[in-house]
Amino acid sequence: MTAPNGQYAYYPGCSLKASASAYERSAMAVLERLELRFVEIDDWNCCGATEYFSLNRLPAYSLVARNLALAAAQPTHELVAPCSACYLNLRKTDDHMRQEPKLKEQVNRALAAGGLHYEPGTLRVRHLLDVIIDDVGYEAIAAKVTRPLAGLRVAPYYGCLVVRPFESDDPEYPTHMDRLLEVLGATVVDFPMKAHCCGGHMTQISEDTAFELIRRILHNAAAYQADVIVTVCPMCQLNLDAYQGNVNRRFGTAFNLPVLYFTQMMGLAFGLQPEALGIGSELVPAQAALNKIGQVPAETPRHTPKRRDKDALPMPSRQRR
Amino acid sequence: MPEGPNGRTFYQRVVQATPGGKSLAQCLQCGSCGGSCPSGPDMDHSPRQLFAMIMAGMEDEVLSSNTPWHCVSCYYCTVRCPQQIPITDLMYTLKQMAIARGKYRESGHVDFSNSFIGMVERFGRSFELGLATRYHLTHNPLKMVSKGTLGLQMMVKGRLSPLPESIRNMPQLTAILTEAKRIAAQQEV
Amino acid sequence: MTEERVGVYVCHCGHNIAGTVDVEAVAQWAQTLPYVAVARDYRFMCSSLGQELIEKDIKELGLTRVVVAACSPHMHEPTFRGVSARAGLNPYLMEMANIREHASWVHRDDMAAATDKAKALVAGAVRRALELKPLEPFKAAIKETTLVVGGGIAGITAALEIANAGYPVVMVEREPSIGGHMAQLDKTFPTLDCSACILTPKMFDVGTHPNITLLTYSEVEQVDGYVGNFTVRVRKKARKINTDVCTGCGDCWSRCPAKVVDEVFEAGLGYRTAVYRPFPQAVPKYPVIDVESCIYFQKGTCRACEKFCPTGAISFDQEDEVIVLSVGNIVLATGYKTFDPRQIPQYGYGRLANVFTSMEFERMVNAAGPTGGKVVLRDGVTTPKSVGIIHCVGSRDHRFNRYCSATCCMAALKFSHLVKERTNAEVYQFYIDMRASFKDYEEFYVRILDEGAHMVRGRVAEVTDAARQPGEEGKLIIQVEDTLIGRQRRIPVDMVILMVGMEPQEDAVEISHLFGIGCSTAGFFTERHPKLDPVATMTDGIFICGACQGPKDIPESVGQGAATAARVLSLIGQKEVEIEPIRAQIDESRCSGCRVCNTMCPYSAIDYIEELGVSRVNPALCKGCGTCVAACPSQVITGQHFTYEAIMAQIEGLLYDVRSGNGHKTVAEPQPVEVA
Repeated sequence: MTAPNGQYAYYPGCSLKASASAYERSAMAVLERLELRFVEIDDWNCCGATEYFSLNRLPAYSLVARNLALAAAQPTHELVAPCSACYLNLRKTDDHMRQEPKLKEQVNRALAAGGLHYEPGTLRVRHLLDVIIDDVGYEAIAAKVTRPLAGLRVAPYYGCLVVRPFESDDPEYPTHMDRLLEVLGATVVDFPMKAHCCGGHMTQISEDTAFELIRRILHNAAAYQADVIVTVCPMCQLNLDAYQGNVNRRFGTAFNLPVLYFTQMMGLAFGLQPEALGIGSELVPAQAALNKIGQVPAETPRHTPKRRDKDALPMPSRQRR
Repeated sequence: MPEGPNGRTFYQRVVQATPGGKSLAQCLQCGSCGGSCPSGPDMDHSPRQLFAMIMAGMEDEVLSSNTPWHCVSCYYCTVRCPQQIPITDLMYTLKQMAIARGKYRESGHVDFSNSFIGMVERFGRSFELGLATRYHLTHNPLKMVSKGTLGLQMMVKGRLSPLPESIRNMPQLTAILTEAKRIAAQQEV
Repeated sequence: MTEERVGVYVCHCGHNIAGTVDVEAVAQWAQTLPYVAVARDYRFMCSSLGQELIEKDIKELGLTRVVVAACSPHMHEPTFRGVSARAGLNPYLMEMANIREHASWVHRDDMAAATDKAKALVAGAVRRALELKPLEPFKAAIKETTLVVGGGIAGITAALEIANAGYPVVMVEREPSIGGHMAQLDKTFPTLDCSACILTPKMFDVGTHPNITLLTYSEVEQVDGYVGNFTVRVRKKARKINTDVCTGCGDCWSRCPAKVVDEVFEAGLGYRTAVYRPFPQAVPKYPVIDVESCIYFQKGTCRACEKFCPTGAISFDQEDEVIVLSVGNIVLATGYKTFDPRQIPQYGYGRLANVFTSMEFERMVNAAGPTGGKVVLRDGVTTPKSVGIIHCVGSRDHRFNRYCSATCCMAALKFSHLVKERTNAEVYQFYIDMRASFKDYEEFYVRILDEGAHMVRGRVAEVTDAARQPGEEGKLIIQVEDTLIGRQRRIPVDMVILMVGMEPQEDAVEISHLFGIGCSTAGFFTERHPKLDPVATMTDGIFICGACQGPKDIPESVGQGAATAARVLSLIGQKEVEIEPIRAQIDESRCSGCRVCNTMCPYSAIDYIEELGVSRVNPALCKGCGTCVAACPSQVITGQHFTYEAIMAQIEGLLYDVRSGNGHKTVAEPQPVEVA
């Protein structure tokens, strides 16, 4: 546990109070099991998503900095966000204020108009996934598993902002959630598109762009015979889940891939009831897939020759030198 | 080289408005950015080309390009750039400059951003239903039909709130944003 | 003290110093310092006219000390010491003030400050010069034996040149055979001649040369001494083979049941046994037993090799052997390793079967390699119909190596030819910039273009098996911006070759410490001068050649290998070498015999004389580093040429208040600090 006094400042972000309420419900249920204490920042505001930075950078930084200033008043230096976009904005603002003295000065001048101040570097901004994996650890999580997700083939979908540009794991081929899901007993499929883009706000602006990006991810998860896609971000969940029908219509495909949050998977493995985890609020229903838990999983399709196939050349290990 | 306000070139202004932007000088024109971009095929110039154009001082062409507006903020270009150029952040800078000069072509992006920010400035929180309605009503009323179906589904699942939620201390946030805008207005972009 | 007369010479170094430092002002100001008899500035002090100027002053004005304010002493101290000596002044009474690297080059934007700093440096040098004592250099005989570390093509060249001149060479090689990376290659660019055909005769010569002692499967553990007289300890690892009786017949490895992937010679593309000889032309011909993979050593039973060896050469009990060598010069040719492409996961190496490294591909196209020279996919049978070759993997990249690995462009073109020749597949080259800048290289590039290689200018974004559109299923898709078209392309291919860059050996930094030479931040060994002394190091008697100094190809490595030989032979020809007399000296009458210095000395140069109860410095081993001088609790050790008096005088000179005009004030005495 790296947080002093085991407490974390919690920044939910707007989605978790609306379209991603299932994420918050399941996260809170899981955190209780893991005995992590999250204290919601009082009167937090929106992080501006990707929109505010496009228009006017100083108000955008100031908007985010208000949250940092409010969080810094709490008796902890750990600030946690479950939404990847919120996490990035909070962390980017802290980082850029640290890098650029002029920005720090200007943002603090704006904050002063509201009687606030933020000293960059005060908080350590983290994503919920990183907190659970790094501070709790695989072993402690494994100890809480009462109903392993055996038989379920899951595609771990990280999306962009949890691993880029601030690298909490490899920015190209992260694996820390893979290991988490394995600890929960699931079969994790190789998933080359795991850190590719879900389309972000393009679903609102340019469907041509967004639906193709969503299609690629669904296509890849289906090709690797995943039963469920697991996400760490409300935007990713929304795009892959809510627009799956549109994608099917546009491309004549028949994807039927439920998209759940990693906290929902943890809750299921901890033996919590699906309803308590907000399962059922996804637009592509997950129940049929979840019924596979406990059954014998389908065999993983082989993509690489075995080391001792008669004629085959040795396959290099994945381990770096 | 055409110069802007205060005798600074377009290139210098772009670099100075972007944290870590100095590394733009080291661009190798390798195309890692354009190759990695998920929306690359939709862009009229690859990011790499924009950088060459910035260096050539082609301000009007750069700020009229649709490229920054297709950026989905995935940061693949940023982490893959061999010269550690903060490409995604440069795209934010260009969008801002384009708005300041009234140069962008595809208004959809800007108006969506504006709708979003309007909500935030009013309530301190974003409000998905209000956003969708306002944005699509002004832009693409026909789309409201399909979006409306989706919205209904979402509401049935309890994922779309019919009413906006507001923060308590709106006056504080307004004061902060007003001051930030005032400071921003004093500087050229 | 007889009246001292100091000459101060301020060099312009063309524009290098004079562009930033007001050299005339510095000279005029120096003229006012106590004991300075003459101060002059001149365009190039190191030119023959500049040297003659100093010589003439020493003789005519009776100078007793000389200060040259110019570049780093690394550059021209020997020059100006020579000037003094020719004019009859002890060369150790010449002092340099470095007003180029320490003033003009680092303060380009502030001429006034740079000039002030130059004055302070000159004042320090003058004060120091007044405290210097005449010294006489030691002379030491040069041992004729040369140690060559590393048996790749650079080391082989150096060893053969020296040995052919009639002097003994000991070659130490870490692997079981010499040959290095060149032995792994099939063809060499741009001539496409067979690598083995040109290398193996040289390897054979090394193995049989009467003047060369070959120690393979051996590593240097310790190096002591100085130019002409190095003592080197070498660990000869146990081969577990009695080479006196082994005939290299191969009965052992053909019966060995343990098979492991050969990560070294076969670059991971093939297998070898636990008892093995890396390749048929290996020199020496003897195998080694790899204890890690040997079933007998791991599980206690097997001994198949022993049973089948017709000469009883298997020696499971053989131990490592330590050999102590006495050599006059050392040539380092420790080579390079290749970049591990798993650090770039988006290229899929280790995940996607048909992504190969360039070294794997070298082994694949080698007639003696795992596929017998057939170009096939990882399944070992399918011939690719299209091959993508990705340049600059791990090179020209801030995240990994910022430098260009220099050889990959040409090697990639060579691969293009070999793929075409053996499969007629389509070849795509993905490059950032084509670099073909030596003799016949550009012509080779054009020849490959003629052969129909598709050149795509763009650094590849990713290699994926995630098919997106028809035609991509079952292929490796190379996604790239074709920068000449300005458009993103997805090119499906069967096979991808990653041109992995060259990197310093894993233990390059440790090697540089072991031999006491410099090493860049990347880990390549630092030459004495990048242009004019490219194979010498800052440590006399230690030379470097080949890729341990920086990425380079075969012709350049061979050129450097021969160059080190010339440098070594020139030293051997001098029979003896002058050694700096800068040594520590212990005033034995005041030594308390506490022995603190004995353990501090990094060169084990201080002995304790039991019967006298004092410590004494062995001047042959002492390097004059000053560690003991600082450590001695009784302050009875003096560093010659760096006495307390000289150092304090220099500091006082540096602290002169140059701006007050007269330059005679020193700062206030430091006050004792109250300790709470």
